[in-house]
Formats: sequence, structure tokens, C-alpha cells
Amino acid sequence: MRDVRDALMVARNSDGKLVRRPLSPHLQVHRWPISMALSICHRISGVALGVGTLLLTWWLAAAATSSEGFAHAQAFIGSPFGLLLLFGWSLALIFHFFSGLRHLWMDSGRGFEPGAYDRSGWAVIGATVALTVLVWAIGLLGS
Amino acid sequence: MAQSPHTPHVDIMRSPLGRARGLGSARAGSAHWWAQRLTAIALVPLTLWFIDVVIHMKGAEQTEVILWLSSPLSLVLMLALIIATFHHLQLGLQVVIEDYVPDHAKKLISILAIKAVCVILALICIVSVLKLGL
Repeated sequence: MRDVRDALMVARNSDGKLVRRPLSPHLQVHRWPISMALSICHRISGVALGVGTLLLTWWLAAAATSSEGFAHAQAFIGSPFGLLLLFGWSLALIFHFFSGLRHLWMDSGRGFEPGAYDRSGWAVIGATVALTVLVWAIGLLGS
Repeated sequence: MAQSPHTPHVDIMRSPLGRARGLGSARAGSAHWWAQRLTAIALVPLTLWFIDVVIHMKGAEQTEVILWLSSPLSLVLMLALIIATFHHLQLGLQVVIEDYVPDHAKKLISILAIKAVCVILALICIVSVLKLGL
């Protein structure tokens, strides 16, 4: 026992053996309600979009520097890895967009009824998938 | 302690030590909260517009970017998007750091570093679109 506080963490189990008491439940033992998953995803997508601004900055700076540099940036974005990055960026942006709208709505004090809370969460997921598919359909099929 | 309901008293939730350290509310929390919401609202139309821009810029050459930004409307919207995006970003990242970095020195340094990076990136973007569009 290194700390006097540990004394409170020790107890006997049903066999009479001394054991450490378990710590209070943490993330992994809880059910994942949709609102909790969306809240965490909102934060993760926000940080990911922050990293994505590096790509935007590079793209704009390349365009402002030289036509060769910009052609190089465009070729990278059009490559399989570049398209994967672009897809991840679009998904994060569209999710953060709809999830952010839900947060603004809840900031106004509305949408907290149990049913409405879950429904708006699923609506965010549905709208994210729909707009991402639509944007990529237009982007890939449109000339 | 027997106290009549009419006895005047003041409820202070913070401990004297907390007050002495000067930590806790600096009475500026609501400004941060409001700035994050207002930039979010501004970014609603700007983001939809920018997704359309990205689709149109697929495989574009530099001359097409110059042509696009030579329109004052595009240039102004792009500047608004850049400013709102990086302001919203540094406000959001600040909250993430405040939540996960318990050490005061590391917290302060990380927040200042994040803000510096956001300002530099925003300035690179602003100078780039101005050079292209003007």
C-alpha cells in the first residue's frame, strides 16, 4: 500500500480474500447510446477537420505560387491516396455540419425529449450518408 | 446553525483557495461560447457553398482558380470562410485541450501553440486568395 487512500480501496471478496475494489465504471463498460457516440464523433471530426485545413492551406498556397506547383497539388488530390483523404475530409465535414446543426438546435433548449433526442441523432447519420453520397455522385459523374 | 430565513447571507460556491489562486471563471466564458456558436452559424451557408466550389475545382488548372477568385463575390465569401473556419477551429481545439490536458503549463503552452498555428495558416490562406483574386 503506497498511499493511505489505497486503504479505502481494499475489501474482502466472498471467499474472504483481500482484493482491491474495482474503480468506478469507465467508458468501456457503458452502453453506447447514439447521443454519446455522436458527441464523441463530433469532437473527433472537428479535430480531423483541423488537420484537413493543412490540405486546404497547401492547395491555396500552391495555386498562389506557380501553375506547376498547383498542377502537382491537383495531381496529388486526384491520386487514389488523395481521393481517400478527400473522401475522409468530406465525410468529416458533412457529419460535423449536420451534428453541429443538431447542437445549435439543442443550444436553443429544444430537442431533449427522450424520443426526439434519439431521432435527431439518427437523422444526423442519415443526412450525413445521403449528402456524402450525393456530393460524390455529382463530383464523380458530373463533368 | 440556526438561521432565520430572513437573515441576509451570501452563497459563494468557490473555496477561498480557489479564489486566491485566481483560477476558475475569468468572466469571459460566455464570449468564447458565443463566438463558437456565431462562427458555426456563419459556416452553415459558407460550408455548403464551399462544397460546391470543391466539386467545380475538380482537376482545375491554376488559371481557372484565378478566374473563380477574380469575382469579388467569390473572393469575399472565401475570405469569410477562411476567417470563420480558423476562428471556429482554434476555439474548438482550445476546449479539447482544456478537457484533456490537466497540467497547467502544458495546457497553456498547447493552447497558445494551437492559436499561433491557426493564425499562421489563416494568414497563408488569406494572402493566397488575395494574390489570386486581386
